[in-house]
Amino acid sequence: MASLNVRAALLSVSFLILALGLWEMATQPPEAQTGMTEYEMLMGGADQESRVPPPSAVIKLAWTELSNPFYDAGANDKGIGIQLAYSVYRVLTGYLAAMAIALPIGFLIGMSPLMYKALNPYIQVLRPISPLAWMPLALFIIQDSDASAIFVIFICSIWPMLLNTAFGVANVREDWVNVARTHELSPIKTALTVILPAAAPTILTGMRISIGIAWLVIVAAEMLVGGTGIGYYVWNEWNNLDLASVIFSILMIGVVGMLLDLALGKAQKLVEYKE
Amino acid sequence: MSKSFLEVDGLSKVYPDGQGGELTVFEDIRFALEKGEFVCIIGHSGCGKSTILNVLAGLDEASAGNVVMNGKEVKGPGLERGVVFQNYSLLPWKTALNNIVFAVQARWPKWSKEKVKEHSERYLKMVGLDHALNRKPSQLSGGMRQRVSIARAFATQPELLLLDEPFGALDALTRGVIQDELVKIWEETRQTVFMITHDVDEAILLSDRIFLMSNGTNARIAESVKVDIPHPRARATIFQNPAYHKTRDYLVDFLVNRSGSALPEKDGSPKVVEPAKGVAQPEPAAAEPETESETAARAVNA
Repeated sequence: MASLNVRAALLSVSFLILALGLWEMATQPPEAQTGMTEYEMLMGGADQESRVPPPSAVIKLAWTELSNPFYDAGANDKGIGIQLAYSVYRVLTGYLAAMAIALPIGFLIGMSPLMYKALNPYIQVLRPISPLAWMPLALFIIQDSDASAIFVIFICSIWPMLLNTAFGVANVREDWVNVARTHELSPIKTALTVILPAAAPTILTGMRISIGIAWLVIVAAEMLVGGTGIGYYVWNEWNNLDLASVIFSILMIGVVGMLLDLALGKAQKLVEYKE
Repeated sequence: MSKSFLEVDGLSKVYPDGQGGELTVFEDIRFALEKGEFVCIIGHSGCGKSTILNVLAGLDEASAGNVVMNGKEVKGPGLERGVVFQNYSLLPWKTALNNIVFAVQARWPKWSKEKVKEHSERYLKMVGLDHALNRKPSQLSGGMRQRVSIARAFATQPELLLLDEPFGALDALTRGVIQDELVKIWEETRQTVFMITHDVDEAILLSDRIFLMSNGTNARIAESVKVDIPHPRARATIFQNPAYHKTRDYLVDFLVNRSGSALPEKDGSPKVVEPAKGVAQPEPAAAEPETESETAARAVNA
């Protein structure tokens, strides 16, 4: 009996082959029975072009794109690597800015019931706002589309980090805080050597949720602001009616999102502890 | 008037009872500890033993009364008072050694890294854990965790050590082993210790004096029982001493029959009792035949 992993891998591959096979068959052009109709000839065979491309076409395109991911042939023709790099850069910039704000404020809220009560109403009102709703205001105030996209990432990734940090800090076991107190640690030392490591797993969970949301939002944000980035790329290829490129870039969005999540997952493992 | 090392004067704790009234858990607690004494406090659940200990530690505040140590009033926690908590309270992300390093660094911030490490390792060795320096608390058994916790408290060499039922969560066999270790480390360091326990035998093995608390609410420290058994003591031989049985009978009788009604002296200090006064100390190797009192004690235990 093969191990569970091997069996799971075999099953995964067979699902993939089955799905690709069905997709390939469903997107074959119908047999031309009597050649093209007059209308079709007038349209240059356009109705066949409008089919969803088969996986073979997507794979062929992926091969050419991935073998030269960083070419730059003008504003509307850049390699997938460049587009993804733009998006990752925006996500990380907005995300790090959110971290710089959310972690200290989360600490403050977690440690002080007064601050929690004072700030909670604002957080509850601001949190459910779709990050894209901020876009017009951001464009008007910042007057720069790139910075506005970064701001949208900032605003959407701040909430899970803020709330998880506050929750983690507020729920540090009292025994551990007492250990810090009986050893006369200063408040800063207590925060860094006891509360931070104790709350770190919860904080990292918030950061992992945030990076996921940020990656979801960047695609939509870039569709709006345009210019560069994977979101813009998807929309641009849709305007070009190049569906193979659309499908290919959708897959790339999934792959990069998975990598970001894996990285945060690894970081989470580092700070985990068993009681 | 000569002052004792630690003086507790008129301590009481009042909680709201949830129906608009008040609930006095304990009141007018008065006692004094001398330097180098090992004192246990015994009482039924709910008499506020842990609260008294937390007030001494500075982690809790009394509703009235004060605590003076070395002529200074105790306000808030401090390094001169070390605490061993019942649930060990080790930091789970640190190894056994680093849990102690953490405390030693806090105690002597100017020490070099090597000195801190060497000092910490010495105390872990004292509790027999030199083989488990780099294990995390989750990889240690309950008994081993409590040993780390005890080593941490002793390593900071506090002037007063507060132990809150340190062996309460351990099985009887482990408890015995760690009691022996506590006896050993205490004989070496002669620290002043104030300890809560529920275990009469443990109290006799360890203490110079045992405080007996009456039942809550309005609990008092009613009596202070002198344990007239010479140090060093050992768990395996202590029951051969006739003073042990006299003391044990006295304690069990108090806990079973008198803890509901017992009161301290009129001035609020505990009545001093010496149940084993005048009992001849046996020759070290002499085995005692089973006495009537031992049989009675077993009956109570059963």
